[in-house]
Amino acid sequence: MTAAAQPARPEASEGGFVVTLDRFAGPLDLLLHLIRREEIDIWDIPIARIADQFLQAIHVLGLDEAAEYLEMAARLLRIKAQLLLPRRGGEEPWEDPRHELVRRLLEYQQVREIADWLDGAARRRALRYGRGFAPPGPDVPPPPLEFTIEELLEAVERVISMLPDSVIHRVVPRPLDVEAATARILDLLAVRESFGWRDLLGPAPAIVDVLSSLVALLELARSGVLRLTQPRAFTPFAIDRGPAYQTA
Amino acid sequence: MDQRTRLLEAALFAAPRPLALDELSALDAEATDADWLRAVQELRDHYCNDGHGVELAEIAGGYQILTREVFAEAVERAALASRPLRLSAAALEVLAIVAYRQPVGRAEIEDIRGVSSAGVLRLLQERDLIEVAGRSEGLGRPLLYCTTPQFLEYLGLGDLGDLPRSEELTIALAPPQAEG
Repeated sequence: MTAAAQPARPEASEGGFVVTLDRFAGPLDLLLHLIRREEIDIWDIPIARIADQFLQAIHVLGLDEAAEYLEMAARLLRIKAQLLLPRRGGEEPWEDPRHELVRRLLEYQQVREIADWLDGAARRRALRYGRGFAPPGPDVPPPPLEFTIEELLEAVERVISMLPDSVIHRVVPRPLDVEAATARILDLLAVRESFGWRDLLGPAPAIVDVLSSLVALLELARSGVLRLTQPRAFTPFAIDRGPAYQTA
Repeated sequence: MDQRTRLLEAALFAAPRPLALDELSALDAEATDADWLRAVQELRDHYCNDGHGVELAEIAGGYQILTREVFAEAVERAALASRPLRLSAAALEVLAIVAYRQPVGRAEIEDIRGVSSAGVLRLLQERDLIEVAGRSEGLGRPLLYCTTPQFLEYLGLGDLGDLPRSEELTIALAPPQAEG
């Protein structure tokens, strides 16, 4: 169980209290464990001490399943507070606020005892084999999902409806400026009969300038204002005045 | 052994599960329940007294031939059979509550245990140890659970009356007389 036998003082229990969550089947189990460890009379539980130890224990246990343990911690603290309140004398008979807790603890303890008995019975039974004894398989994994196509589609609908507004296509202002590129080409043609791609764009052109110039070049070539020639494969092409240049 | 006892032995040998009295009656229309009970007694005595590796057990309201406990280890070591999985403490707690309070709903189980028990209930249902008996008349008409014949088989009990009675338990629910 715990590390060592400890004197029944709350301070003494600090430190050497190491437990794992799996060891306890719930807050009542943990509470019973503390009560047994401290050899406390269940009918006269020192609530303040047990509440402190309980809080300390669930702190060590971590937060899994904490809600149920925290609920018990809150219950203990409430009982502790009720015990501290001065009792109103006279008319109403005072009921020990611990009573309900004790009832639950005893009920739970009875369940534990029966559970142990069942475990023993199952173990004794498991020592005797019947004919064609087929042991139940290991814990079965969850069965495969069964659903109809309609249910699947409904599920898809639900998932889709949870998505933020779906973006099909975002229309952005086109940054291509074919007109300016055309003007630049014509300016160059006016001063030079022939020039290259690099002369038009410079050393480090932006992608939009490349595209604008390309569209402008193709458009001008189509209308015959200029001519595109490539002397050999994979060489830069040359831009010359075309047959329709004069009219432009 | 008389003829009927030998028939009983053959039937129990062939069956993979406990056979109840009414199933035995299909073997021989002439025989009454009393005849079968006599046969059961004779076969049980035979296995007990004449040195056998098996015994006649009364389980889940029926009769079954089982190997004797002393051979369990050898049988298992030889991989001829394996023991069923043991249940977790949580599963045993839920099983205990269902066994004693059936039919019982999840809320009552969780109230007694102080922890949520939905997963354990599902596990016990998957293993056929409990089943849904119906619905409560209460708010929301919650499902009520009860134990199955497999529960008795799993524990090797003849019927639910073989469970320890509450006065046999060491924990009494009544407060001591001298409370104060």
